[in-house]
Amino acid sequence: MTLAEIILARASGRECVSPDQIVIARVDLAMSHENADLVRKSFLEIGVGRVWDTSKIVIIFDHRVPAESEKTATTHRAVREFVAAQGIQHFYDVGRGGICHQVLAEQGHVRPGMVVVGTDSHTTTHGAFGAFATGIGATEMAGVWTEGTLWFKVPSTLRIEVEGEFRPWISAKDLILRVIGMLGAAGADYRAVEFDGTAIRRMTVASRMVLANLAMEMGAKVAFTPVDDVLVDYLRPRVSEKLEILEPDRDAVYERVIHLNAEEDLWEPQIACPHSVDHVVPISEAGEVPVDQAVLGSCTNGRLEDLEVAARVVAGRSVHPRTRLIVVPASQQVYREAMRLGYLETLIAAGAIINPPGCGPCVGVHQGILAAGENCVSSTNRNFLGRMGSKDSFVYLASPAVVAASAIAGMLVHPESIVKESEPCPIEV
Amino acid sequence: MSDRGLKLRGRVRAVLGNNIDTDIIYPGRYLNITDREKTAEHLFELAHPEIRAELQAGDFIVADHNFGCGSSREQAAAALKFAGAGAVIAASFARIFFRNAINLGLPAVVSADAAIRCSAGDELEVDLVAGEIRNLTKDEVFAAAPLDPRAAELLAAGGLIPYLKRKYIDGARNLCLNIV
Repeated sequence: MTLAEIILARASGRECVSPDQIVIARVDLAMSHENADLVRKSFLEIGVGRVWDTSKIVIIFDHRVPAESEKTATTHRAVREFVAAQGIQHFYDVGRGGICHQVLAEQGHVRPGMVVVGTDSHTTTHGAFGAFATGIGATEMAGVWTEGTLWFKVPSTLRIEVEGEFRPWISAKDLILRVIGMLGAAGADYRAVEFDGTAIRRMTVASRMVLANLAMEMGAKVAFTPVDDVLVDYLRPRVSEKLEILEPDRDAVYERVIHLNAEEDLWEPQIACPHSVDHVVPISEAGEVPVDQAVLGSCTNGRLEDLEVAARVVAGRSVHPRTRLIVVPASQQVYREAMRLGYLETLIAAGAIINPPGCGPCVGVHQGILAAGENCVSSTNRNFLGRMGSKDSFVYLASPAVVAASAIAGMLVHPESIVKESEPCPIEV
Repeated sequence: MSDRGLKLRGRVRAVLGNNIDTDIIYPGRYLNITDREKTAEHLFELAHPEIRAELQAGDFIVADHNFGCGSSREQAAAALKFAGAGAVIAASFARIFFRNAINLGLPAVVSADAAIRCSAGDELEVDLVAGEIRNLTKDEVFAAAPLDPRAAELLAAGGLIPYLKRKYIDGARNLCLNIV
């Protein structure tokens, strides 16, 4: 069995399962952000009174923090009151957490083999921790709060094996954008994805999270990276439970196996051009793009490693006069570490503005909205029409290094054109 | 099982292309609206405001592949339902949107041919269980994927909330989802 099949078989109490079979699986963790208010309303309408397990629900405010309007303040309050009334044990209020997917990871909420559902599409991120993790809607979550189970169609699995060494300036973001460009926005619809190979196994956990996170943008139901020593080293200080090394069976059946070579298939940083995440080109083919706003952040690329790369690119330089550089640390923890290590000082000295940890401009509600006619280069995850502001604005998705370099140049550029040859390339994939 | 709501008749309001994402259906800036009925005011607001203006109760939205890709926002399905859409008929759906639609009692019908064989204004009859679409305007019949029995049961109940109410509050037995 594949990883998806192994986990669903266990969670549904079966010896084995196969693609297209419908199973009812036990849910181990149920995460919501501000839309917990929608979940709450549906749950109260059902009328069972108490949630199924107060220890398995996690609520993290991140989409609008701190509240940007009275309306949001009111929904925040309603969720707080519900959390208290139900005795929900894991709640990260404004200033306590950050972006939900980063907080789940940092706080050790997710372990290999778990079934995780979240009312956020990028819940696939937690496949980087060996969990069957997927996004669901609010009413469906109210069903999970009621029953503690959910039906799944067992997905077939695409396996993507990546060998070789990455070239300088190439990051996990470039790899996954390249894959999405190859397979298309529906290329993994309803399917599980397993990333593996020497290039993946050398990756940091932060980089693996980028792959699992963005696999959603080709429709993946879940996306795994290997459960290996690198992951166990990350989890051990965060998790008290015993950790299991989960591997797909040797005779696992895959719908398709795709082989890539990091060196041969990725010569340049990749850019997803407006208005679709699968509209991917190498940066040399993206054309001349003047940049009004550069955004570094989100559940995709707002981690310490990303801020470090950006700080090293902009160190001793200034953000171009026509460009605004907005930096959003993914969590309070990332914020403090980046402060302690001096990255924020370097970024601010170059002219960046630092937003509070949260989704911020990525979801287009506050803290950096685009005007008509503006171009934005962003390390986030979606460039849909109107995603970050005006329907007449343009979002180019790129790696943190490209975002930082483009902020300095005022144009979409390869970091090579900003960083001197004598300076080392700061990317550790 | 009752077939209440499982045979539909209405007009095609719009025929859309591939990858109609959830930001197009319902912009992120309105996600703090949590009254489902009010979401309808912002349906297709950025790219196709005319659809919302012209939509009549029971009208169909037809699209090509991967309708509803992107965010898990349930407001995308809610806005369609409360604006009066009778169903969305598409060559394929993004998985979260599909589940949201069924859970809210909005039929999501998979039909490879619909985007090719329908024009705005056509009158259709859709049999969700048999998997058949009759284009009365063009006098043609073409196939849809028959609705999964679980989805049919949820739709017949009016969505997941009434379904779970029946199961837990009214103590109904023999519910299909219960015995899988």
